[in-house]
Amino acid sequence: MPITSLEFDVVRKMIYERAAIVLEPGKEYLVEARLGPLARADGCTINQLIGRLRNGTERSLSDRVVEALTTNETAFFRDVKPFETLKSTVLPEIIARKSASRQLNIWCAASSSGQEPYTIAMTLKEHFPQLLNWQVRILCTDISTEMVTRTKLGRYSQLEIGRGLPAPMLLKYFNRVGLEWEAAPELKRWLDVRQMNLAAPWPTLGKQDVVFCRNVLIYFDVDTKRSILRRIRDLITPEGYLFLGAAETTRGLDDQFESMHIGSGGCYRVLGAGKTVERRVS
Amino acid sequence: MILRKILESIGFEVEQAENGRVAYDLLCSWIPFDVPDLALVDWNMPEMNGIELIEAIRDNSELDALKIIMCTTETEVSQMTLALLTGANEYVMKPFTAETIIDKMALIGMPVGTS
Repeated sequence: MPITSLEFDVVRKMIYERAAIVLEPGKEYLVEARLGPLARADGCTINQLIGRLRNGTERSLSDRVVEALTTNETAFFRDVKPFETLKSTVLPEIIARKSASRQLNIWCAASSSGQEPYTIAMTLKEHFPQLLNWQVRILCTDISTEMVTRTKLGRYSQLEIGRGLPAPMLLKYFNRVGLEWEAAPELKRWLDVRQMNLAAPWPTLGKQDVVFCRNVLIYFDVDTKRSILRRIRDLITPEGYLFLGAAETTRGLDDQFESMHIGSGGCYRVLGAGKTVERRVS
Repeated sequence: MILRKILESIGFEVEQAENGRVAYDLLCSWIPFDVPDLALVDWNMPEMNGIELIEAIRDNSELDALKIIMCTTETEVSQMTLALLTGANEYVMKPFTAETIIDKMALIGMPVGTS
């Protein structure tokens, strides 16, 4: 039976309180699609599942509902352009600038099942062999503990590796394990994977040279978007780079970021940082 | 048939061949003006299998511009390696979705409307 408006409100309220995610009216279909598998797994209907959620006595159930509603579609090399920008401009500039400290810190703020951080790791391995002698850390955070476990494991089904991953890179960086493919230890050793809610207070994460926060701001209300961008600005290095999703922007949310157009792609930097880079690159 | 539907849905014209030999003859009949942009090649075909077909295509300089995706149930690393070394541009393992095919086409520079 389709969910009622009252049931939709129960889910809306819970997901906003737990994760500051805004479910606009009209997204009933999304709730039904995402909670259907949970209900089937528990041997009940979606309506009964939401009834249990309303009782509020099962913390683990609300955790699972948050996970089901926040798991996003992802793919290796998703949207391509950010990784081209990373390769062509961002990494050469950082590598030239930090050749003395030889430390590179990249944060994937909503790493989902890990395709984005593994794509970044492959880009580094493939095009920047000099990083072998660097201290590289790709911090991966996601609200879902299930996604954190998956990213740590680095195993993907045939369908998942079919999405966006070039066959030569699959052969080079993944090992066959039964019916699945597992990321090579040389990629995994750069990943530091943690569970974290972007809408809650953040633990100490350390300064970041590059932040990927793609396709996640769209789920939050304006105040939460502003808060996340301000906190990213606090932890990004003065000359660091921020990548947002194609449908996302800092405009109207944080005027201390400016956009940088590179080829057909682009990213964001804290105001004034780009001028320093232009001088160094030219 | 599924592949035909996927390709037609994104605006491609599709010709099918029942085996590798027929496929190669068909390709040669289109030289020099109507050589297609892409060949989706199965591994297991009678008369001339997928690897033999790719070898024949790559030995013919008039088919240089043709891109090839091996599309197969064969999932061994050694088979994938062989297909790529022989001249396939990409490799798709069944089962696949329309998105898989479109992603692979974008990866090898086909105009499929993805960024």
